[in-house]
Amino acid sequence: MLEGILIGLQTALSLQNLLLVVAGCLIGTFIGMLPGLGPMSIIAIMIPVAISMGDPSAALILLAGVYYGAIFGGSTSSILLNAPGVAGTVASSFDGYPMAQQGKAGKALTIAAIASFAGGTIGAILLMIFAPMLSSVALLFHSAEYFALMIVGLSAIAAFAGRGQVTKALLMTVLGLIMATVGEGALFNLPRFTMGIMDLQSGFGFITLAMAMFALPEAVFLVLKPKNLGDDGGEIKDLRITRAEARAIAPVIGRQSIQGFFIGVLPGAGATIASFLGYAVERNLAPKHEQDEFGKGSIKGLAAPETANNAACTGSFVPLLTLGIPGSGTTAILLGALIALNVTPGPRLMIDEPQIFWAVIMSMFIGNLVLLILNLPLIPYIAKLLAIPRNYLIPFIMFFTLMGAYIGQNNATELLLLVGFGICGLALKFASYPLPPLLIGFILGGMMEDNFSRSMQLYGGMSFIWERPMTLGLLIIAVSLVFLPGLRALLARSKGV
Amino acid sequence: MALDRWIALILLGICLAYGYTAWFTMDEGLAPFMRRNPIWPSTFPKVLSILGIIASMVILLGLEKDEQRIGEIDYRRLTDYNLGQAILLLALMALYALCLRSVGFLISTTSFLVLGSFILGERKWHVMLPVAFAATFIIWYLVQEILGIYMRPLPNFIVSLVGG
Repeated sequence: MLEGILIGLQTALSLQNLLLVVAGCLIGTFIGMLPGLGPMSIIAIMIPVAISMGDPSAALILLAGVYYGAIFGGSTSSILLNAPGVAGTVASSFDGYPMAQQGKAGKALTIAAIASFAGGTIGAILLMIFAPMLSSVALLFHSAEYFALMIVGLSAIAAFAGRGQVTKALLMTVLGLIMATVGEGALFNLPRFTMGIMDLQSGFGFITLAMAMFALPEAVFLVLKPKNLGDDGGEIKDLRITRAEARAIAPVIGRQSIQGFFIGVLPGAGATIASFLGYAVERNLAPKHEQDEFGKGSIKGLAAPETANNAACTGSFVPLLTLGIPGSGTTAILLGALIALNVTPGPRLMIDEPQIFWAVIMSMFIGNLVLLILNLPLIPYIAKLLAIPRNYLIPFIMFFTLMGAYIGQNNATELLLLVGFGICGLALKFASYPLPPLLIGFILGGMMEDNFSRSMQLYGGMSFIWERPMTLGLLIIAVSLVFLPGLRALLARSKGV
Repeated sequence: MALDRWIALILLGICLAYGYTAWFTMDEGLAPFMRRNPIWPSTFPKVLSILGIIASMVILLGLEKDEQRIGEIDYRRLTDYNLGQAILLLALMALYALCLRSVGFLISTTSFLVLGSFILGERKWHVMLPVAFAATFIIWYLVQEILGIYMRPLPNFIVSLVGG
C-alpha cells in the first residue's frame, strides 16, 4: 500500500496536476453555485476537456477537483439562498439557511467547508483501507435492503414533526410521495397520474420542486417583510468557530464521515440518503434541548449532512474502482470518461494500473485540501452576497430559481410549474406546514417504490421483511429513529413527575 | 376556519381524487401478465391515498392538539406587508416564463431584472441598467458558450436577420 501511496503522490503532486486540481475546484465551486447545475452536469460538461488531455491520471485529477468543488458550491446556494440545486444538499439548507438568516452566513459556510473537508478526507482514508473488502459487502445489498434504507432516510422527517406538527409533517411526506408517483416509473414503464399531459410523462422535476418549496417562498417572504441580511456588525463575514462549537461538531463529523462513507459504498444509495440519514441520526443522538434547535440553525444539523454527503461521494468510488459498477449518476459519467481514456475500472485496476488507482485516491486528499485552502479566504466575500441591496438581490434570487428549473429540464413549462408550485409552497408556509418533509418524500419516493416493488416480485409478497435479517434490522432502526425521541421525552416527563 | 384546515380540505380533495384513480381506474388497462404480479402500479398509490386521507382528516377535524401558531408572517394581515410588490413579482415571473422562448434570453432576462428592481422601488437607472445588462450577458455567455446549454439569445426574427 505504501508503494501505491508514493506512486499516487508522485503523480498527483506534479505541477501540472496541482494546477489542474486548483482549476477543477474553482470551476466546480463557481458553477456548482448555480442552482440546477449539480456535480453530474458539471462533470459531464468538463469531460471533453478532460479527455482531450489524453492522460488518464490528469483527467481524473481534474474531474475529482470539479466534483468536490461542485458539491461545495451546491452547499453554498443551499445555505445562502435556500436554493438547493441538487438533492444531496437539501439537508444542508435545513439548518444552514436559518443560520444565514440569523446573520451567521460566514460561520455556516465555514462549518460546511470544514465538514466537507473532513468528510472527504476521512472518506478517502477509508477508501484506501477498505476498498477491496467493501466491494463484496456492497453486493450483499439487494432491493429489499435498499427499500429499508430509504425508510431509514425517510425517518429524517421526524426532525420537523414538532409539537402539534406530527400530522402536518406526515401529510407533507405523503404529498411528496404522491408527487413522486406522477409520470413513468422505472419499473412499471406505465404513465401514471399524468392526466394526458405530455410534459408530465417524466414526472415533476426535482429542481423545480426544490426551488418552488424552498427558494421562492423565502424570496417572497423577503419581499413581504423586508429584513436586512447583510449587516449585524460584520458578523456575516465572521468565520470564527468557538472552541465549544468545534467540540460540539467534532464527534458529529467523525460519526458522519464513517456512516456517510459506508452508505456511499452501496450502489444507488449515494449522497442524498447519506445526508438525510446523517441528519436524522444526529438529531436523535443530540440531547433534548439541542434536538429542538434542529431546523432552526443548529451547527450539528449543518455539519452532519455536509460531512455525510462528502463522505458518501468518496464512498461511491469503491464500487466504481473495484468492480467497475457506477454507484451514482456522477460515477456513471466518470466511468464513461475512464472508458474513453482506455482505462477499464474493475478488480484488476489496482494491479494493472496502480498509478491511476492511487492517483485518484491521492487527488481526493489534495482536492479536499485545496478546496479548503481556496474557499476559506473566499467565504467572507461569498457571504457578502447577502449584503447586496434587497432591490437587486431579490430579482436575482428569483431569476436564479427560474434558471435552475430551466437548465435542469430545458423546458419553459417547468417555469410555469415553478411559479404555480411556488404559490402553493407560500400558502403551505403561511399555514405553518413544514416543507422539508415534502421534498424528502419526493426524493426518496421513486427509489422506495422501485425497490419495494422489485422485492415484492422477487419474494412473491412481503416475506422479504422477515426473511432478510439486514432488511429487518434496518426497518427496526427506522422505527426507533422515529419513536425513540418521543419515548425518551415520555420517560423524562414521568421521571420528572 | 383557519388556513391550515382549508389547506387540509384541499389536500383531502386531492387525495380523494388520487385514491379514486388508484382504486377504480388505474387497473382497468393492466396487461394480463401484470395482473399475476404480487404488486401492481396502483399498489403504492393505494396505500398513499389512504395515508393522505387519514392525515388530512386528522388536521381537518382538529384531532391533533396544536396551539394556534402564527408563522413569520401573519396571513390574516397580509395587507400590512408589501403584498402588491409580491404579487407583481410573481406575475413578472410568470410573464418571464411565457416570454423566454419567444423574446429570447437576453431581452427577457434584462427586462426581468430591471422590472424586478423597479417593482421593489429602485429608481437608479444608471445602476439598474448596466447591472442587468452585464449580469444577463455574463450568465448567457457562461451557460451557452462555455457550458454548451442552448438558450436562444434574441427573438427568432432578429436571429434569422443576423444569420442572413
